[in-house]
Amino acid sequence: MLVQYLPFLILFIVAVAFSGGAILLSRLLGPKRPNPVKLAPYESGMVPIGGTRRPFHIRYYLVAMLFILFDIEIIFLYPWAVIYLTARAARLFLLLEMIVFLGVLMIGYIYIWRKGALDWE
Amino acid sequence: MTIPVSAADWIVINTELILVGTAMIVLLLDAFNRRISDRISPWITLVGVVGGLVSLGFLWGQEYTGFAGMLVIDSFSVLVKMAILFGTGLAVLLSVDYLRREELAQGEYYGLLLLSTVGMLLLTSSANLIMIFLSLEMLSIALYVLTGYARMRPRSQEAGMKYFLLGSFSAAILVYGVALIYGALGTVDLAGVAEALTAPGILSNPVLLAGAGLVLVGLGFKVAAVPFQMWTPDVYEGAPSPVTAFMSVSTKAAAFAALTRVLVFAFSDLSGVWMAVIWAIAALTMIFGNLVAIAQNNIKRMLAYSSIAHAGYILVAVASANQLGIQSIPFYLIAYTFMNIGAWAVVTVITRKGEEGVGLSDYTGLFWRNPLLAVSMGLFMFSLAGIPPTAGFTAKIYLFMAAVNANLIGLLIVAVVTTIISAYFYLRVTVIMFMHRPSEVSAVHVPIAAYVAIIIAVVATLWLFLFPNSTQAFTEAVWRMGL
Repeated sequence: MLVQYLPFLILFIVAVAFSGGAILLSRLLGPKRPNPVKLAPYESGMVPIGGTRRPFHIRYYLVAMLFILFDIEIIFLYPWAVIYLTARAARLFLLLEMIVFLGVLMIGYIYIWRKGALDWE
Repeated sequence: MTIPVSAADWIVINTELILVGTAMIVLLLDAFNRRISDRISPWITLVGVVGGLVSLGFLWGQEYTGFAGMLVIDSFSVLVKMAILFGTGLAVLLSVDYLRREELAQGEYYGLLLLSTVGMLLLTSSANLIMIFLSLEMLSIALYVLTGYARMRPRSQEAGMKYFLLGSFSAAILVYGVALIYGALGTVDLAGVAEALTAPGILSNPVLLAGAGLVLVGLGFKVAAVPFQMWTPDVYEGAPSPVTAFMSVSTKAAAFAALTRVLVFAFSDLSGVWMAVIWAIAALTMIFGNLVAIAQNNIKRMLAYSSIAHAGYILVAVASANQLGIQSIPFYLIAYTFMNIGAWAVVTVITRKGEEGVGLSDYTGLFWRNPLLAVSMGLFMFSLAGIPPTAGFTAKIYLFMAAVNANLIGLLIVAVVTTIISAYFYLRVTVIMFMHRPSEVSAVHVPIAAYVAIIIAVVATLWLFLFPNSTQAFTEAVWRMGL
């Protein structure tokens, strides 16, 4: 029974061997002429300022959380749209379902808006 | 293409819909007018909960399957849902004045409470492992926030964080178990699982056994069974008292409903394996909970260990897995709801602002400070210890009878012995309240809503003892249900 999973094991081994081998080979064979500019971390061409491990303002997390929430909810619209196209008989029902879903989302949106979760200041 | 939603689907979730609607109203009200919301949101919530109970009354005695077998309504789920809604309603009564005393916002609290309740109600009806996971998450996420609701108090924060971390782990374990079960059987439907288990040779499949074990761990965490009980004392102690009251009864009821449905109905063919495991967990839970409770001087921690111990007793009924056992689970859950919320109600009233005054010494001579409160607390302690004339006694009798019928004599002996041990720490509270005089007699202020909650709990605790027959018709219907 486990034999049918053999391709996964082979894929896993090949993936690890390939990526590990590439890193190892370039480390062994590649020329090394370091200088301070080369060793500096890459920050889109800017000169790096300070470390990256510092606390962010809590607002970022709040906004990120809300973004992910609504982002994922929007994803549900896609499968719905596909089914809506093929289901001719029950279009009204599907539309109402989606209105209910978006209505509940809307209540959440109104709530965070009124609570000031979207105010930056 | 047919749309797999019918009228029966709406009937199946009508209780949940009522509560979701109430939660939306409460949240919107809070968003638009904080002042009005602070005043009336508890009462809106109560109306919603009562509406939910009424809708359960209409569902009584009927059987529905909805959403392609995802959710079922049967006598078992209706009874457990009643226990959950009683727990929510009483918790609301406790919360009104508690939130005012602790200067916490009201609106969001009730929104979260209702959404958590909806998760519990769905969990009770779930007939599909995916649905069990979803509703478990729904009830838990709201509870994590409620646990840390007193966000200015570090203990509450710590409790919320602990509960969140451990709860997420247990949810991950549960869903991994579900995946393994799907891998072994090709279905996540509980009825489908029961059917797939009749195939020859499937019972010794290691993937299946691992999956079932992981699901057991996930649910064992929610009911706080040993060895998954580590979070319980800290969370119960740190959370706001009404929240603890709510989660110690309603979460337990919902999780036990799911556990019973998974083990007794879906995995009944596997009972040769899980019977021994549940036997051991039940015995350990009863012994650990009752023994450690003896050493507690903090009433909240004591009640936390007591709630662990009671999970052990209910597990005896699960292990019995016979007709009487399944019937006694909803009865025990309802009885436990009233007696435990009653005890937590008294604790909520006695504690002062900032959750001060939770030591046993704060109960010294309570009888002289407020006789009614002391007598009620005494009754709840008697009930938790299983001493007549209380619901706890009747519930334990049913439980022990189920164990006798299932020939679980060893487990029965453990249950009886630990019950006797538990009498020590329950009755110690009574002794402190009645036999020691307080150094100073200062009256205890009891808000009216909390009085109402305590009186309801007292009446129910006595009523379930005096007229257990009135619920017999209910519990007898439980066994008839199929899955």
